[in-house]
Amino acid sequence: MNTLIFRTIAPLLVVVMMVFSVFVMLRGHNEPGGGFIGGLIAASAIAIYGMAAGPSAVRRALKADPITFAGFGVVLAGLSGLLSLAFDVPFLTGLWVDLHLGDAKVPVSTPMIFDIGVYFVVFGTISAIALGLEDDEEQG
Amino acid sequence: MELSLNIAVAAVAIAPFVAALAAPSVHRAFGAVSGWILALVPALIFLFLCSFIEPVAGGRPVSASLEWAPVHGLGLSFLIDGLSLTFALTISGIGAFILIYSGPYLKGHPHQGRFFAFLLMFMGAMLGLVLADSMVALYAFWELTTVTSFLLIGFDHTRQIARRAAIQAVVVTGIGGLALIAAAILLQRLTGSWELSGLGAIDLRAQAAYPVVLVLILIAAFTKSAQLPFQFWLPNAMEAPTPVSAFLHSATMVQGGVYLLARLNPALGGTAMWGTALVVFGGATLLWGGVSALRQTDLKQMLAHTTVASLGLLVLLIGVGTEVAITAAVLYFVAHALYKAALFLVVGIIDHETGTRDITALSGLRDSLTVTFIAAVLAGVSMIGLPPLIGYLAKEEMYAALLTGAWQPLLVLGVLILGNALLAGVALAVLIKPFMGVIVPLPKEPHEASIGLLAGPALFAILGIFAGFATSWVGAMIVAPAASAIAGASVEDHLVLSFSPLDPVFWLSVLTWLLGGLFYWKLEVIRTALRRGQTAVGWTFDKGFDALMFGLIRRSGAVTRAWHHGQLELYLVVLFGMFALAIIVPLWSLGGLPMLPDAVELTFYEWGVVLIAVIGVTTVVAARTRLFAILALGIQGFAVALLYLLFGAPDLSFTQFMVEILSVVILTLVMTRLRLDRQDLRPFEDLARDGGLALACGLGVTTLLFAVLQGSLDPRLSDFFNANSLAAAHGRNIVNVILVDFRGLDTLGEISVVMTAGIAILALIRGARKSRAPVVPDATPPRSRRSRSRAEATT
Repeated sequence: MNTLIFRTIAPLLVVVMMVFSVFVMLRGHNEPGGGFIGGLIAASAIAIYGMAAGPSAVRRALKADPITFAGFGVVLAGLSGLLSLAFDVPFLTGLWVDLHLGDAKVPVSTPMIFDIGVYFVVFGTISAIALGLEDDEEQG
Repeated sequence: MELSLNIAVAAVAIAPFVAALAAPSVHRAFGAVSGWILALVPALIFLFLCSFIEPVAGGRPVSASLEWAPVHGLGLSFLIDGLSLTFALTISGIGAFILIYSGPYLKGHPHQGRFFAFLLMFMGAMLGLVLADSMVALYAFWELTTVTSFLLIGFDHTRQIARRAAIQAVVVTGIGGLALIAAAILLQRLTGSWELSGLGAIDLRAQAAYPVVLVLILIAAFTKSAQLPFQFWLPNAMEAPTPVSAFLHSATMVQGGVYLLARLNPALGGTAMWGTALVVFGGATLLWGGVSALRQTDLKQMLAHTTVASLGLLVLLIGVGTEVAITAAVLYFVAHALYKAALFLVVGIIDHETGTRDITALSGLRDSLTVTFIAAVLAGVSMIGLPPLIGYLAKEEMYAALLTGAWQPLLVLGVLILGNALLAGVALAVLIKPFMGVIVPLPKEPHEASIGLLAGPALFAILGIFAGFATSWVGAMIVAPAASAIAGASVEDHLVLSFSPLDPVFWLSVLTWLLGGLFYWKLEVIRTALRRGQTAVGWTFDKGFDALMFGLIRRSGAVTRAWHHGQLELYLVVLFGMFALAIIVPLWSLGGLPMLPDAVELTFYEWGVVLIAVIGVTTVVAARTRLFAILALGIQGFAVALLYLLFGAPDLSFTQFMVEILSVVILTLVMTRLRLDRQDLRPFEDLARDGGLALACGLGVTTLLFAVLQGSLDPRLSDFFNANSLAAAHGRNIVNVILVDFRGLDTLGEISVVMTAGIAILALIRGARKSRAPVVPDATPPRSRRSRSRAEATT
């Protein structure tokens, strides 16, 4: 499995997959996609990178333990819901703001932040499991 | 305006949590001085709450609420009336000085920042508990105080005895938490409201369920406030650092149960059942605590047992329930919080400065610890109940409440006098023994404590005198509003500081002091006798708790071993067997089997998908190695994903593809970890059993799907989402909109489960690795590699 070709291609593949995962997550509100699928794609990117470069290299590249990302995601999703309290509407009510960047109108919303939280949870959890299993393989 | 008030009141409970997050960084930046900085948070809360004193005393309680789930009548609602204001002022006021005190007290402790964070978290939870109007919020804050108390008792987690005390406290008060949520749900069912202020809608005392609610509330209150027979956890909780004992386990947290009883008195009180239960348990706890305190030689233990006694006294007074008794309870709560916090902090100073808190080893500290001594005397005098301190007022008031003709109140009065005398005896011992007498050699040379340590006890002691003199202000502004809230009717302020020889109540006080003096004089004799008695009995509540816990663990072990036998094959057989039964039996018995569709018309690409699926399945069954079977299973999954795609569910199909890929990867990794045989060799019986189960499950699901297709589809839900997805939630992808918006709360729960499951799986993976081979830390290789390359570079 750990061939030269795979090891050379993997980092490029990982970059493309990570970017694609963010794209899929952000388009989710209107097109097929969303945080869950985006997180899965990002996690598979991590799994591929782990197979190619070894889990310790991935851990160094990630800076933080993958499960930390999952915790961050839950907190982010919870906070996006709590934001509604400041506007005196029930918990998790969607709030929308349109940002005008030049000519483009970019709608930003709490459901989007919530979806980013979902992305992080799925990404963090699956990556943590995959890397945890790969760790052992490395030590043999 | 309305909105900002809502947020400001909610911030009272939330601000300490935010401060708790910042506490470790503040501590890193400022060291032990950070106590003063962090104390600003409770100090500001205290000042903010002070602005409510006048409106509340004027009979205008303040309510604030943030909506949470209005459909279910759930909100984060708060009520500031006399009762909650008195408690909240006590919590924030004492809390500020506890933070200041903790600075020098735990100076140099490696986890001091964490300690500040825990204290602040507790403060937020406790403030939320007393201010909450919603019973759900009350329950959440109640449990948060349990959790933070657990963390604080077990703060010195390297000591086994501290860990045991922490677990004991969390188990006992945790039982109370369960009882509380059950009671809250029952109350909501009965009254239709989650709000405490809505409990008056019907007469709860006339309901058939009243005894059940009452018992649940009593369990909650008695475990939290350490009443017999749950009192044993509180003295053990003294394993916590002294500021914690002063704050949580005397002045505030343990008063949570008393608060609950006081809060529910208007709704549940006044019945014979209520009165009897509270007076009997409270009285028994009062005497038990007082007597046990005389048995101790550790100053902290003595105070802890008197706290148990005082809690019993408060419960008793609420049980008596007359206007005067309730006024006495409020006065006693304030007096107790002030003098007991002060005394605990004094004991902390003695411990800190001399290295011991054994009353038999301490003597003659009055010269070296003069300020501490003065604070101890003032607080102790309030505990004994001498005029003109607030403790005296409280004692006069409670005697006046019970001095009537009937025999039952007189009996209770006797219990009260005896209890107060026991407390007075302990107070005399605490303030005389360590300070008077000859100067003796101690583990450390005593020096007067720093200002940070002295500020709290000195101020609390002085406040005790102030409250005694400013009787009319305290009576009108604090005590009467609180008593009105507890009684559920307006209570007039009638406090006057008087000691006339013509008043029989005064002579009862004199009797208390004389008895207290007697207990102090005969302390050694009493202690020896009590210890001998204890040895003769040989059984304590503490030992009973241990026996119960170990029995529980043994039984759970037996049950677990019976069900979790560790044979994966059997688990799977049971699971899938039940699954097949659960599908087939209802189909068979309820609706009969569905008709088979007559003819199947498929396009060529649909046939293609079917072909892929069939190939996948056949390969799984026929595969000779396990790895091959796993990969083939992936093919089968891809076929399903293609089906989703063809029938208009791109989201589902997308997810299915990703899940299939990751399942194959993770299954393969697991397989290589487990080092199983490459092949799966099973005897024919096993093959027949597993194959039969698989067929049954497959047939069951297929029949179910046919049955579903024959029913008519109810389009209400899909119509609703079609109509509202873009209009209400600004999204065209209905699946995603449902996930992140319409059913966001479900998703929030689900991602929490995903994360928790991930942590559990990680623990499993790491645990398995540890048990197999010790992990070699890979910190050294890079260093040596670098030094080698440097060596190469130099050559």
